[in-house]
Amino acid sequence: MEKVKLTIDNKTVEVEKGTTIYKAAKTIGIDIPVLCYMDLGDLNIENKPGGCRMCSVEVQGRRNLAPSCATDVFDGMVVNTHSMRVLNARRVVMELILSDHPKDCLVCPKSGNCELQSLANKLGIREIPNQDIAEMSTYRKDFSPSIIRDMDKCIMCRRCETMCNEFQTVGALSAVNRGFMSVVAPAFEMDLEDSVCTYCGQCVAVCPTGALTEVNHTNRLIRDLSNPNKTVIVQTAPAVRAALGEEFGHKPGTLVTGKMVSALKQLGFHHVFDTDFAADLTIMEEGTELLSRLTRHLNGDKSVKLPMLTSCCPGWVNFFESQFTDMLDIPSTARSPQQMFGSIAKTYFADLINIPREDLIVVSIMPCLAKKYECQRDEFKVDGNPDVDYSISTRELAHLIKRANIDFDSLSEEDFDQPLGESTGAGVIFGTTGGVIEAAVRTAYELHTGKTLQDVDFKELRGMDGIRHATIDFDGQPINIGIAHGLGKARQLLEGIRNGTSEFHAIEIMACPGGCIGGGGQPLHHGKFEILQKRMEAIYQEDKNKPLRKSHENPYIIKLYEEFLGKPMSEKAHKLLHTHYVDKSKKIIYIEPKSFEI
Amino acid sequence: MSNIKVELKKPDVDKIKEICKSFNNQPGELINVLHKTQHTFGYLPAEVQEVVARELNVSVAKVYGVVTFYSFFSMIPKGKYPISVCTGTACYVRGAENVLDEFKKNLKIEVGETTGDGMFSISCLRCVGACGLAPVVMVGEKTYGRVAPEMVSDIIKEYTNQK
Repeated sequence: MEKVKLTIDNKTVEVEKGTTIYKAAKTIGIDIPVLCYMDLGDLNIENKPGGCRMCSVEVQGRRNLAPSCATDVFDGMVVNTHSMRVLNARRVVMELILSDHPKDCLVCPKSGNCELQSLANKLGIREIPNQDIAEMSTYRKDFSPSIIRDMDKCIMCRRCETMCNEFQTVGALSAVNRGFMSVVAPAFEMDLEDSVCTYCGQCVAVCPTGALTEVNHTNRLIRDLSNPNKTVIVQTAPAVRAALGEEFGHKPGTLVTGKMVSALKQLGFHHVFDTDFAADLTIMEEGTELLSRLTRHLNGDKSVKLPMLTSCCPGWVNFFESQFTDMLDIPSTARSPQQMFGSIAKTYFADLINIPREDLIVVSIMPCLAKKYECQRDEFKVDGNPDVDYSISTRELAHLIKRANIDFDSLSEEDFDQPLGESTGAGVIFGTTGGVIEAAVRTAYELHTGKTLQDVDFKELRGMDGIRHATIDFDGQPINIGIAHGLGKARQLLEGIRNGTSEFHAIEIMACPGGCIGGGGQPLHHGKFEILQKRMEAIYQEDKNKPLRKSHENPYIIKLYEEFLGKPMSEKAHKLLHTHYVDKSKKIIYIEPKSFEI
Repeated sequence: MSNIKVELKKPDVDKIKEICKSFNNQPGELINVLHKTQHTFGYLPAEVQEVVARELNVSVAKVYGVVTFYSFFSMIPKGKYPISVCTGTACYVRGAENVLDEFKKNLKIEVGETTGDGMFSISCLRCVGACGLAPVVMVGEKTYGRVAPEMVSDIIKEYTNQK
């Protein structure tokens, strides 16, 4: 590769040809401020519209300032990143952005975690000129079950659009209109709820301002916890314990399971349970379904469709319900662990503690924004009462803990309550890409072959590549397994199935990068795989620490079937633990374009 | 603005497909496809955009983004007699804005809208290459030069009388 030598702020640096000024500066410790630019290095996603001009620098011999994020270096280039001219230009750019930005920073949900706010602070902006004469946008707010769009706070960096279109290939968002009227919106400016949005939340995870935020249920939770007539129980998803610590200054990959349980008890939950228990239950149902479909298929029953796709990820379910409606019969009918938990909690557990389901509030802590929508689906309600009342994200939980004056680090470590808190290692690994299918293989293998697995670590299913495949030997019968994380990668596998070129027997799909550990409700990872990698290692570590590592060995699961459900796929299990899918493409209604109200 | 809901008939869908095909269904040809489609249908209602999106394999949001970015594209059918007021530099300095205001006042619609009876619509364009005649107004294919606000009602009458 050809090398180029240049000078940045009087420092000489040699970089590969084709490098941008911004990246070259970074290698010698010069951190040029950026706003619209986003580099999710390991995901291979770069957003560089060169639009905000925050990263402008002075290049000797060039008439105008150069956007460093989008300008390539050349040999002998002399760059100044903080000359008077540059500083003035940067200040003006920021002042112009702020001139029509809402000034409600004190009460904005993004306050303290807002890139625009920190940058204004970094640039030393202490007053905003022109704000009296500036036109203010008053675009309507869009409330969906998971995500809130407040376009008045949008600075048109278009990072969300990049995630939605390039990484996820969902295509819900696009820049629309022109000039001052431009916003990022779904087609025909319809509400997110009516669009093809999957609520994966990757747009929220990259938004530098408060334009895209999650629906927040913490106030509702505080109210419920103080209601003496309600029993409030909580379930925590596997990926939460591997990332929550980051919000309290711990290094990525620090497992905080015990402290998290302790914090939840201190918050006032009557019972602290584990979604991992329901993950074990999912494996019983989904694993049995897989085996049954496999056996019938291998015996020549052509009516059985393969591959079977996992169905734990609600973002992924939303994706195929709106974009692959011809394939609604391929995914497993098993509900997600969140919903299985809710269903069992409001039947089996409510009976156990002898209260009506209406008096039991089931809350979930999820790394996910799509879960907020999932628990509101009509299929998961009984007489209007939802199995899971609402879901809060990892970020919301961290905030709630701080708000309740809990010093997280000084908490002791506590165990989950029983009976819905016991889990095996198989339930834990649901939190990472490849985990669900590995858990399913551990159980399906033993049930199918009648043999005990010597080694439960299926390393061939693990890793960070967007699409992976492996063949597992089921006692002479090779089983082809595919794994995808990120909906763009899922699309590739789905198109393979549609074209008939797919040779897989089973496929696991997760909507977010790295699986749930990189979910839209997690502490922001800014696309750094090293963070996701650490969270993944933490998950596998937790799996290793468990005395039991196969779902079908969970004693409380065995008991649940004995006392309540009967057998996997029994009629009762079908009613409580399985679901059906809806063709959402028909539900998408294109409405009249709503005009800009000024 | 009322909601204009159109139901596409099979020949309409086929026509859009044919247009897309003439550009090899290339996503990069979106603007050209929209251009030709608007030429055929007169405007680009939501239902047409959906078909274009499907054929070119781009998201409907993206198509809508392009349609709303370029002022040339319209989601509202143009009037039987589309009025275009040139607001290019020469026409502008010779008073095109007053002429435009007069049309808006007279027809009680804004730029980009169509009268309730579907007779007239107003749009602006930038230079028709007849700067010597500034300010210039076009109604359909017919061009009017050196238009003054006082002439506006007469121009409109020419067409209302033709009903």
